[in-house]
Amino acid sequence: MSDKIRIIEVKQSVFADNDRDAAKLRNELKEKKTFLLNLMSSPGSGKTTLLKGILPSLAKELKIGVMEADIDGDVDAKAISDIGIKSIQLHTGGMCHLDASMTRQGLTELGCDGLDLVVLENVGNLVCPAEFDTGAVKNLVILSVPEGHDKPLKYPLMFQVANALIINKIDTMPYFDFDLEKVKEAALMRNPSLKIFPVSAKTGEGLEAVISWLKDEVKAWQDLT
Amino acid sequence: MHELGVVFHCLDQVKRIAEENQVKRVNSVTVMLGEVSTVIPYLFEDCWKWAVKKETVFKDAAIKIEIIKAVTYCEDCGEKYPTVEHGKVCPHCGSEHTYLLEGNEIMIKEMVAVDE
Repeated sequence: MSDKIRIIEVKQSVFADNDRDAAKLRNELKEKKTFLLNLMSSPGSGKTTLLKGILPSLAKELKIGVMEADIDGDVDAKAISDIGIKSIQLHTGGMCHLDASMTRQGLTELGCDGLDLVVLENVGNLVCPAEFDTGAVKNLVILSVPEGHDKPLKYPLMFQVANALIINKIDTMPYFDFDLEKVKEAALMRNPSLKIFPVSAKTGEGLEAVISWLKDEVKAWQDLT
Repeated sequence: MHELGVVFHCLDQVKRIAEENQVKRVNSVTVMLGEVSTVIPYLFEDCWKWAVKKETVFKDAAIKIEIIKAVTYCEDCGEKYPTVEHGKVCPHCGSEHTYLLEGNEIMIKEMVAVDE
């Protein structure tokens, strides 16, 4: 008997299944009144330091959990546990990003029932995490001064999917050729609704604004019916 | 290894569609990659060849890649131009108020199934 050939038209984005999983997860989080924040940046831009700077104050009002995603190691989860915040380490097994199903597994492991805010610290990378919707309610991107002000031009997608941009390590500005206005302009051209916060996670400068933005976002999410 | 993650997603999706269509064996899959999709075609192909070996329905399924040209539109002068050549700045009027019309796609176009 001869083989019968059949052509199946698909015409779907490779990310279609992931986008659907992410939307489903977001709906479940809405029911549970849990706000999931996806934190993305290059390695070494200060994601963990930022969390150490803002979470203690947020924890006075909100129940918080943190998922640290890395290819290997557990230094970040330990750093967060040390400040008294519930945290788990996720290993991506060499993968450069988290997708919605990995995020779901992480949330199950963390146990997000009763949590107001869960922060997903994505793998340090400005490329791949931007492509994969994790199911988060908002995307927060950090760009640090030593990385240079041209990053929004080089990695446009990351700045397009971001809801807010933190410009970290502003205390080091005198030592770098970093033009804050240029970075704002380039990022806003890509994404006019982007909120921008210049901060120093180390000295604490500017962190109040981030804390109040996050509080408002969590409240708005929990007030949705 | 960005391409590997994309290939895994692609395979999962093709697997689901194959199940929905009661496909026993897949001969080939055609994907369309935009020029500025951040996926590099030859790496995608390498990852695909490695990943399909672990599959059953897709074992040895060939991968065909079609490239979608990237085109940018200028809001100020209304012209379209090739993105890869000129980037963000419009070659017609020098404006930076431009956006990508197409060329960032990572799409599964079709698959060829064999019914024995």
